[in-house]
Amino acid sequence: MPTVSQDRPVSQLKFRDPAKARALADALERLTLRIGRAPVSVMHVCGSHEQAIAKFGLRATFPKGLNVIMGPGCPVCVTDVPEVDEAVVLAMQGVRIATYGDMVKVPGTVKSLADAQADGARVHVVYSVAQALALARETDEEVVFFASGFETTAVATAAVILRGLPPNFSVLSAHKYIPPVMEIVAEMPGTRVEGFLAAGHAATITGWGIFERFVERHRIPVVVAGFEPLDILAGLAKLLEVIHDGRPRVENMYPRCVTREGNLRAQEQLWRVFRPVGGRWRGIAHVPNGNLRLRDEWARLDARRRFRIDVTGVWDCAPSALVKDCVCGDIMAGIASPTDCALYGKECLPETPVGACMVSSEGTCRIWHQYGGHPDLGGMR
Amino acid sequence: MRARQLLLDQRISLKHGAGGRAMRALIEDVFVKGLAEAPVDGIGLSAMDDGAALRVGDRWLVITTDSHVVHPVFFPGGDIGRLAIAGTVNDLAMMGATRVLALTCAVILEEGFARSDLERIQESIRSTCREAGAVIVTGDTKVMGRGEIDGIVLNTTGIGLTERVVPDSGLRPGDRILVTGTMGDHGFAIMALRKGLELEGDLRSDVAPLNDLVACALAAGESAVTAMKDPTRGGLSSALHEMADKSGVGIVLDERSVPVSPVVAAAADLLGIDPLHIANEGKAVLGVRPERAERVLAALRSHPLGEQAAIVGACIAEHAGAVILDTGFGRRLLSEPEGEPLPRIC
Repeated sequence: MPTVSQDRPVSQLKFRDPAKARALADALERLTLRIGRAPVSVMHVCGSHEQAIAKFGLRATFPKGLNVIMGPGCPVCVTDVPEVDEAVVLAMQGVRIATYGDMVKVPGTVKSLADAQADGARVHVVYSVAQALALARETDEEVVFFASGFETTAVATAAVILRGLPPNFSVLSAHKYIPPVMEIVAEMPGTRVEGFLAAGHAATITGWGIFERFVERHRIPVVVAGFEPLDILAGLAKLLEVIHDGRPRVENMYPRCVTREGNLRAQEQLWRVFRPVGGRWRGIAHVPNGNLRLRDEWARLDARRRFRIDVTGVWDCAPSALVKDCVCGDIMAGIASPTDCALYGKECLPETPVGACMVSSEGTCRIWHQYGGHPDLGGMR
Repeated sequence: MRARQLLLDQRISLKHGAGGRAMRALIEDVFVKGLAEAPVDGIGLSAMDDGAALRVGDRWLVITTDSHVVHPVFFPGGDIGRLAIAGTVNDLAMMGATRVLALTCAVILEEGFARSDLERIQESIRSTCREAGAVIVTGDTKVMGRGEIDGIVLNTTGIGLTERVVPDSGLRPGDRILVTGTMGDHGFAIMALRKGLELEGDLRSDVAPLNDLVACALAAGESAVTAMKDPTRGGLSSALHEMADKSGVGIVLDERSVPVSPVVAAAADLLGIDPLHIANEGKAVLGVRPERAERVLAALRSHPLGEQAAIVGACIAEHAGAVILDTGFGRRLLSEPEGEPLPRIC
């Protein structure tokens, strides 16, 4: 059972000082003016960044000329339809599926795992890969862990695999790798993104050095930032500074956690288990090296090789009419926002989601809806 | 998808009893239509306030009724009996009727319900009535077969008299918003009990009759108290949205001045649930003209149930119906919960 300490209320943490926040907001205003061409568009690629921005109402303090876009930062949202179909087909074949709660509701071609469950399939919501493992140890039946998440979560999956698994346990990996998708966004025709705010927790593993090649190739700066309101504001201020001085580089604004090299042991485990392969991200594009799949030496743990998964059977039915109006893909690519979608907050709600962006707690639509629906208060200051 | 939505709405689901938008829509669609047309001299069903107010001579007779289905029946800080009495007394008080004329109490029991539990609940009803200065003047008892009802359901009706009715729709631009204490205690106490959360410290329901506290506030504020509501299901957020909507004002809420106990703050962080969305059973929200706000605050704080009262926001003429949350770092709209995240909270 979780136990929490009350020694230090959250509000007293030093990264939550409103006076410092105001000073940083003023700095953003100054820097945007100094850059002189509006709007300046920057992108973050992390649901946790959007959570903090929305929860603390930071968008209302951003200057008019600064456009902070959420990119493909929600691993559940970018899980492609055929990947969900694979899990649904496996579940319908009678295999027990263990997965994170958000994955259960993500629509596949015709069904989500929740629908499969309603039809009698056994789907278990777990909070960690360790819990999925515990489930497998309680039974002789086949248990497949439908794994989602970026490199941060993939490391946890890798560590469990390296420690040894029971014979009835296998992994259906939908893990994704963030650095390659930044290349895709940078290369999108007409992209407006002038800088990236990189996710601090992912960088604790990969190290900030991983972005150096990206900056060199695309001449777009990257700033690594943490998740407290001051972390984000300071990260954005640094990003604007670098955009202004015209010397693209990587800056680490999360030095209390992130080093240049990152966590070498975690990287070693990650790449011993997974290899990057190309694949589609829902709504975005084919992303070369964007999917993490099990290496050949782990073939016997790979659900794709252990079972015959024929997803063509679920493609008979057309998706519902509403799905065609869903702009999730454009939202994840950073070229539309939830309020551009006709379904947002009307037909599409957390209880009855149409697109993946409303399903996941890291999805842009879900986050905006949770924190009032309209992040910039329609110009209220 | 649309067809599924329609289908769902053909049946009542738990959200329709959760105190949020879904419940209000159901009441408007089903009950208010056809029942609210009859003219009432005062505040009737169509106002969808905490109770009704009928003119009797130069005073107002306030009537309210409530059913209680909380699970579990006994919880830290109270039980279904205390909840039933406090809930009804508070609904009267929120309309300005702080002197309770009489209560009724009806009970529906499941076959097999333990007599000792019933006696414990009855003792709690008695002591809460004493606290509120209320008497039960009539009642009713029914028993249903095993499985036909879960344990016990209580229904209470209250009547009171007042010289001035305070509606939940009287907010004006400039009014200050006051709360009488910490937010979220009741809902989190029930939630922790049901989910088996172990937290350091004490999550206790705040369930209490507020009529004496409210009487103090009204004595200090008089006609400067423009609106009142108890933030039960759906929490402070639901209460403020309803008040803002009915009054045609916007409300700016200062998040950091809203009192939240450390243990609730910790539980909220752990569960990812906003305490502003969570039910209270011993708290009130008041709208007060700015020049009297400090005096009402002092009166509240001098009462044992209002020691942690605070001024938490102000009304503005713009953005009618909206609640804007000032986080100290920025501003955003406060979302209105569909309803209480947990069923059978009261």
